[in-house]
Order: sequence, then C-alpha cells, then structure tokens
Amino acid sequence: MRQARNFHPLQAALPSTTGKRYVALAVLSLLVWPVLTFASESPAIPNIFRPASTPADEIHTISRFTLMITALIFAVVFSLLVYVVFRFRRTAATGDVEPPQVYGSNQIELAWTVIPVLIVLVLFLATARVIHSVQDAPRPTGALEVTAVGHQYWWEFRYPSLGIVTANELHIPVSDPASPSPTFLKLLSADTDHSFWVPLLAGKTDLIPNRANSMWMDPHQTGLYLGQCAQYCGTQHAKMLLRVYVDSPDKFKAWVASQKQPARTDAVAADGRKIFEQTACVNCHAVAGTVADGQFGPDLTHLMSRDTIASGAASNTHENLKLWIRDPDAVKPGSLMPAMNLNERDLNALVVYLESLR
Amino acid sequence: MSTESIVLTAVQDASRSWSAIVHGWITTVDHKRIGILYIVLALVFLVIGGMEATILRIQLIVPHNHFVSPQFFNQMFTMHGTTMIFFVAMPILFGFGNYLIPLMIGARDMAFPRVNAWSFWLTAFGGMLLYFSFIGGYGLYGAGAAPDVGWFAYAPLTAPAFSVGHSTDFWTLGLLVSGIGSIGAAVNFVATILCMRCPGMSLGRMPLLVWLNLVMGSMVLFVISPLTAAQIMLAVDRFLGGHFFDTQAGGSAVLWMHFFWIFGHPEVYVLVIPAFAFISEIVPVFSRKPIFGYPIMVAATVGIGFVSFGVWAHHMFTVGMNSYANSFFALTTMVVGVPTGIKIFNWIGTMWGGQLQFKTPLLFCIGFLFQFLIAGLTGIMLACTPFNWQLSGSYFVVAHFHYVIVGAILFALFGAFYYWFPKMSGRMYNETLGKLHFWLFVIGFHLTFDFMHIPGLLGMPRRIYTYEPGRGWELWNLICTIGVFFQGIAVLIFVANLVRSWFVGKLVGNDPWDAWTLEWSTSSPPPEYNFAEIPVVSSRRPLWDLKHPEDPDLDV
Amino acid sequence: MSSATLAPSTLESKWVLPSRGHVGMLCLIAAESAIFIIFVVAYIFYLGKNVSGPGPKDVLEVPIFATICLLSSSITIHFALSAIRREKLGAFALWWFITFALGFIFLVETGIEWYRLIYHHGLTISTNLFGTTYYSLVGLHASHVTVGLVLLLTVSIFALLGKVRREHEPRLDVLAYYWHFVDAVWVVVFTVVYIVGR
Repeated sequence: MRQARNFHPLQAALPSTTGKRYVALAVLSLLVWPVLTFASESPAIPNIFRPASTPADEIHTISRFTLMITALIFAVVFSLLVYVVFRFRRTAATGDVEPPQVYGSNQIELAWTVIPVLIVLVLFLATARVIHSVQDAPRPTGALEVTAVGHQYWWEFRYPSLGIVTANELHIPVSDPASPSPTFLKLLSADTDHSFWVPLLAGKTDLIPNRANSMWMDPHQTGLYLGQCAQYCGTQHAKMLLRVYVDSPDKFKAWVASQKQPARTDAVAADGRKIFEQTACVNCHAVAGTVADGQFGPDLTHLMSRDTIASGAASNTHENLKLWIRDPDAVKPGSLMPAMNLNERDLNALVVYLESLR
Repeated sequence: MSTESIVLTAVQDASRSWSAIVHGWITTVDHKRIGILYIVLALVFLVIGGMEATILRIQLIVPHNHFVSPQFFNQMFTMHGTTMIFFVAMPILFGFGNYLIPLMIGARDMAFPRVNAWSFWLTAFGGMLLYFSFIGGYGLYGAGAAPDVGWFAYAPLTAPAFSVGHSTDFWTLGLLVSGIGSIGAAVNFVATILCMRCPGMSLGRMPLLVWLNLVMGSMVLFVISPLTAAQIMLAVDRFLGGHFFDTQAGGSAVLWMHFFWIFGHPEVYVLVIPAFAFISEIVPVFSRKPIFGYPIMVAATVGIGFVSFGVWAHHMFTVGMNSYANSFFALTTMVVGVPTGIKIFNWIGTMWGGQLQFKTPLLFCIGFLFQFLIAGLTGIMLACTPFNWQLSGSYFVVAHFHYVIVGAILFALFGAFYYWFPKMSGRMYNETLGKLHFWLFVIGFHLTFDFMHIPGLLGMPRRIYTYEPGRGWELWNLICTIGVFFQGIAVLIFVANLVRSWFVGKLVGNDPWDAWTLEWSTSSPPPEYNFAEIPVVSSRRPLWDLKHPEDPDLDV
Repeated sequence: MSSATLAPSTLESKWVLPSRGHVGMLCLIAAESAIFIIFVVAYIFYLGKNVSGPGPKDVLEVPIFATICLLSSSITIHFALSAIRREKLGAFALWWFITFALGFIFLVETGIEWYRLIYHHGLTISTNLFGTTYYSLVGLHASHVTVGLVLLLTVSIFALLGKVRREHEPRLDVLAYYWHFVDAVWVVVFTVVYIVGR
C-alpha cells in the first residue's frame, strides 16, 4: 500500500518537459479562441453578450454580475482544492502514522454556511429586479403589435393593426432610446410547442398551443438579426429559422405600404396562377386579393419580398423555388410541404407566377 | 470469527454446469448478485447510450452534415437521454446500493429479497420494451422507429396527432414498467436501512453511504410517482382517446411540463446523492481521516432532499409564467445550491490535514470535486431567470447537465468501481490502466463538455440535427466531437481492466484499502450470508476502533 | 491488516427496530399517495375547462351509500384485527369477510354509476376533459380497491379453511394499512369530485 516517494499526479502522465510544453501550448490556444469569438461584433454570430435591445441588455447586465460572483466562488474553491491536493499528499516522511482525526469544526462550518446564504440573497435580489423589469415592462401606446404563430416548421407573423400577414421574416422598426418604439409580440402556436429566440434582441419565450405568451424588444440598431426555434417541435425543428429585419422608420413604412398591397397580377404569370389556384396549393396557402385563402402554410402574397424560403432553409432563388415545389424533402426532409407532382411545364409556369408575387 | 467463512472457490464453481450457473443468476435473491446484475445491465446500456451519443456528435461535427437523417437523429437524442437516465444511471446506483447497504449495516440481505429480484427484472424488461421500439415502433407492419419526442416528451408533440405509430407508446410503457421496478427498489432500500441495522448501529452511526441512500430511496418514492401518474395520463390520451394534454379540447401542454419536472428535477438529485455517497466513503479512506462534519453532511443531504422538490419550474422559465412564479423558483433554485456547496467544503475539509494517497479511486474523486464545482456554478447561472431566458434550450444547458452527470456522477461511479472492485471480485485491478483511464477520460471529458458551453452562449439551440454555417459554431462542435473518441477509448480501457482483473488480478484479503466500515470486515468477495456472526458496533467506524483501540472513533 | 474479530458485546438496552412489513407498506403508501395527488391536481386544474360536453353538475350524483359501505369497512377490518389479537378466530373470519363484502358493494355501486354515466349521459373517458379526469381518478381508485379486494378475499379463503392463526396478525395488520389507505384516498376523491367539484 506504500506510495512511490513524492508521487506527483501530473508527473505520472507527463514525464517529459517537452511534453508539458506542447500540452500547455495546446491548452492556451484553445483558450484564446473563445476570447476572439466573443470579441467579434458580427451580428451574424448570435452572441448573447452583444445585446442590441433593452431586454437583451438587461439580461446581459445581470449575467455579467452572475458570472462575476461565480468566477469569484470558483477562484476561491479551486485554489483550496489545488492547495489541498499538493500540500497534503502522503510522503515517505509521514510514514505509517495516521494523521490527527479531525471530525469537524462548528465555527468553520457555520462560516461556510452563512457566506453562501448571503451570496444567494444578493444574487436573488438582483435577479428579481431584472425579472420584473423585463416581464412587467409597461406597454407604451405607440408600440407595434405583432402576433407570432408557431407552426411545424415555420413562423406566421400577423400585424393586426396594420392588416398585414407574412411569414418567417419579421420586419420591425428600430427604436430610438429617446422616444422608444418597441415591438410587442403575442406568441401563439397552431400545433406543438415552439420558442422564439433571437439572442441579440431578447431572451427566448415559448409558443404554446392553447396559451398566449408575450414578449417585447426595442432594437437600437438597424440590421438583420438571426435566430431560430428553440423548443424541439418535431422533425424539422432545426430548420425553423428566424430572420428579424430591423428597419429605419422610413424603410419600415415603405415595407408596410408594400405588404398592404394585394397580390400583383402580371399577365405573363396567368398560366401559373391558374395552376396555383386549381391544384392543391390553395388548400394551404393564401394570396391576398385572390381565391387562395389557405391557412396551413405561409402566406405567399409577397413571397418575393423575402430573402429565404422554407423558413430559412434555402435562399429564395429560382432554382430553390423549383426544387422546393418538386421535392421538398431535398430541402427540408420531414417538413409538411408535400411534393406537388407537377410536370416540368406546369412547374415552370407556377414558379413564374410565384416570382411575380413581389 | 467473521473472516473464517466458507468461500466458494473457482474450482467448486467450475464443477457446476453452464445451465446451473445461469439459472442461479436468473433466480437469485441475493442482494450482492442482484447488485451485480443491475451494474452489468447498466454497463450494457452505457455502451449503447454511448454509441447513440457518438452518432449525434458525428452528425454535428460540421454544419449541414448528412451522416444520419433528421428523423434518425431525433430518435438518437431521445433514446440517448432516456437510456442514460433510466437504464444506466438509475440501475447502476440501485446496483451499488443493493450490493453495499446490507454489508455496511451488518445485515445478511435486503429487507425484501424477492421484491429486490422482481424490481431488477422489471427494470430490465422496461429497457427491453423501450428498445423493442426499433423493431415495433410503427406497429409490426412498417419499419420500426424508436421514440423521437425527446427524453422529456413534451405534450402535445406526444399526442397521437403528432406522434403517429407506436414509438411514443414504447417510451411510455417502457418507463412505466421500469418506474415500478424503481419504486420497488426504493421501498427495499428504506425498509432495509430502517429495519435491518446490526445492534449498536443507530442512525447516527450509519456510514454516510447508507444515510444518503436512505434519503435517495425516500425521494424515489415521491419522485417516480409523478412521472408514473403523468405517463398513465399520456397512455389514457393515446390509447383511450383521453384529453389530459389535448390542447384542442382545453388540455394544457404546460401541465405535462409541471408534472414531468416535478419528477425530473428531484430525479437529478436522486442521481447525484448516491454519487455524493461514494465520495463520502472514498475520500476519508484515501485521506486517512474521518469525514469532516458528519452531522452537517446528513443535515445538508436531507435539506437538499426536501428543497429539491420546490425548484422544478426552473426548467420552465421560458414558458411564460408570471414574474412572481419566476422569482420564486429562482430563489428556491439558488437556495438548494447552499447545502450542495457546503458538501464540497466538507470534502475539502476532509482532505485538509490528511495524507492523500493518489490511487485511482481518489483521482476520480478529485475530478468529481473540480467538475461538480463548475457544474454547480453553471447551475447558479441557470438559476438566474433572465440569464436563463438566453441559456435555456441551448447547448449551454446540455453542457451543464452533462457536466453534472458525466463530470460528477460518472466520475464518482468510476471511483466507486475501482474502490469496491476488490471487495466484489477478491482481486485488485491494474493501477496503471486505472490511471490511464482517468487521464484519457479527463482529457476527453473536458474537450467535449468545456467547449460545449460556447455554442450555447452563441445562440445554438439543442436538439437540432444540423446547424447553419457562419454563426461561429463550427469550431466548437468539432472540438466536442473529438473529445468523444478520447472518452470512448478510456471507457474501453476501463472495461478491459475490470474484465481482465476479474480473472487474473492479484488476490486481495478482506481489507486492501485499510478502511473502516463493515464491508471490509468480511472476505473478498463476501460469502452469501455476508457475516458469520451479526456484528455489534459502537461507533461510526467499527474497524477503526479495532485497529486503534487507544483512540476510538467519536460519535460527533 | 484488519482480520481482527468484531466480537459480539452485550448492549445495555435491547436492540429494537421497526417492523419491515409495516415500513415497506408505509413506503408503498407514500408512493401511491404521490400518484393520487397528481391525478387530484389534474382534476382540480381542469374543473370548468371543458370545451364541450357534460360537466360535473350535469351528471354526478353523490354516492352516499357506496361511501358509507367503504368507510365502514375500515371499522370492520379494525374489529377483525382486534378479534384475532384476542385469538377469536371465528369472529375474525366473520368481520374480515364483512370487510370484503362492503368493499365489493362499493365496487358494484361504482360500476352501476358508470353504467348510468356512459349509457344515460353519454359521458366516456374520451368525451371531454371532465370525462377524462373523472374516469381516470375514480378508476385509479377503483383499481386499488380491486387489488385490495383480491387480497382480502385470499385471506378470507384461508380463514375459512382454518389456516389463519394468531401469529399471522402482523401481516394482516400490514394489509389493513393498505385498506385504510384505500379508504383515506376515497375520502379525498369523494370530497374533490362530488363536493368541491360539483
């Protein structure tokens, strides 16, 4: 049972100095990468530490406070652990005599109970303040109201006061901190549970059938913000992507105006429109100002105003549109869009029609 | 003389036929054999669950990968989680408890040996039902499909409308059956510990492992039952057209979440408390000191047991509860961290002033302490509700709970394996291979689960079969996947070490570690009747008293 | 190393621990109570949330007779145990069988009530939320009564065959714990379903 003299755990694994150097280098480089990533300002990276809206800001502040406290606790306890492991190793000098049998210490145990309780108290009070500030924020009269309905596997967005219905790509106005114009989302679901998560703009909130949730955001900068569904909702949960376009007030007004228009009627698209309206497309899709009034799939009135199709699964190009209609499983296997089994001529005409829906 | 026992030698065993040996194992009611059956069952499922995890990680190694289909991926993460919780962690902890408790309290067997065997076979049958779904998932006509609803099976994804076929039914029934087995095992634990202790062993003199298993057993009675109830309700919905979770008929998806997490949160304490038990037995022996603060360790565990029933909705912070409910659960979640943190201090206090012997069991305990500390701290981050609104449903949570289950619980289990392997087999494992297992596993574990926190902080949700490039997630996913292979190799070395040492390891006597609790007073392996005479004890460390009559153990 | 003996020394006081059977049954009762509590919570949560179909007020009639039968069976089982403690095996067998009979009547009454609900009111487990929660909760209780009756009947048969003796009393006491539990659950279910919920 005797240990080797001066047994050192690290030495057992890394006998050579060169080996230790390589390991140190590898560990250091692995630690540098996260720092570089988190320092990146690119909005394409949905980094929760780069908030662009008040709810995300408040979360960011409390999260830094929490990280500070936990880092402190870690430093203290880790140092104790390292000290104990090195200082109290059994050596030849200690021999076979058992160390003093210490059973406990009331004072020490009291101290290390009281201090954590105090830490918890402070952390809780800070947390509760932010919970109320974000969740119970008053809704100013100028706020934009959007209803988001989660579907398997796409997002429906309705602007009740503006009379607009769109899908997958949300446009909201930028909010000037001096005179805020936040957007309040009402969250509903048509089928299973979903969750709306755009990290730079807010924490996530779930969309649950038979329940109305709400959240808000007031982005401070224009741009495109990425997110996706964050509650497992079925086969294509992974490709239920979110794109939030934060527009300047003028751009937003222009977008609203164009969305309010009924669908364009281009003469060149007449054939395709006939195919659309006479096959099963109208069972699921709606096109404002036509007979198409389906509720199960995304509204296509202004399909070409969107950058992507299939809720972000593919970019909105001619080829992708054709592929999506001909063989949805090639784009998003398991989505509820059926393969339409059209011949090549009909398919081409149909796509011409869809591309006219600007 | 308890050591002059009649031990069945290998020669005697060889004279029995194969069928007699197998029959002996199938019909056994001996707690030691049942313990080993549980452990072997768990190890088999550990390998299967590990393969499922490997498939997941290979699919995620690069964005837009095509290693498996989305449908198969979703089945894999569901089966991985369900298998690991219900058919690896629970059985292995019941197995160790079964083996050790009677030995540690000076009893000959558990209170209800036949119920014990029945509970094991129910658990095994539940596992087979769950895995039968691969063949029978769509009914016997179509190709099979394993459940793909996630291990917490949120409603209404589990409704017949959204989960066609029978895969979800296999999830429900498999767990219902094994849950009944778990309750049986828990009844046994509690009755044994309360009713079968040897003379002199008051509750204040039980080894901490026994205390902690008493708390765990009592918890299981109240933990598994809500899940059983919820699964009965789900079965009523799926088989009898009921509407418990049918949102179109007024049912509530959130009610399923409440019921599931009333089970699910205390369940993780059910898993971690026996891990604490292993640490509390191994660290003192390899520090050559008694546990620091025995009474507070007991009180803290009992406290954790109670408070853990009041924190469940921290899994539901994003569900839209009002701010008062959110604040309440933030508070209780932070509060439960206090008794948990105190235990870390007590373990360090045990090592303080001791003479640490860095054998494999202690190495795993030190790994446990480091990793459990970090896991607890990321738990505090998740307890902070607004922070949770970003972190929940992301890879940060996945990293956190794997840090607890693998970094803490599995490390403690490895320590327990090495510590009690000589007792169970009568032979010593190979120490060099043990250390190799430790270091390889540490490297693999940290590669995978340290860096897994980062994609979560960068917006990567969980349960996605693929992800978009350009979001900063690629490098971290790659590193996480690489770590898996280190862990796999380490586990293979571990299994090889145990198997080889079982047959050709160096023979050991009763007490190779110079330890102090009753299991070390009988032979290795113990005879079927455990002790020739029921021992009588007068302190917490009866063998310490025998070895140090001039300095007997104190009951403080 | 540690091959010394743990010699049995005499203790001052007798070493007494609780009985395994009683502790085991109490543990089982604890687990079963938790299951019932979840069903009761679901029942209460869903009161008034029906989207369609009959509600409690429309169809439920308070089962007074059945309840009296079931609750008196707790008293009769107590008489049976007192009898066997005083070695009055005949009285024991009689009271025990009456307990079984009262429980059986309760089950029959439940069956009659369900017949009425299904065929006269069209309320089944799949009709609406009320149907689901009602049949699940009352049915869960009834299944526990059934199990209890099977056990009670088994003991009755053994008693009639003269095989039950004084030394079996502790095990019968454990079974009586289960039966009392079933009755206590009925008190809760009855109050929630027929009093509060209507």
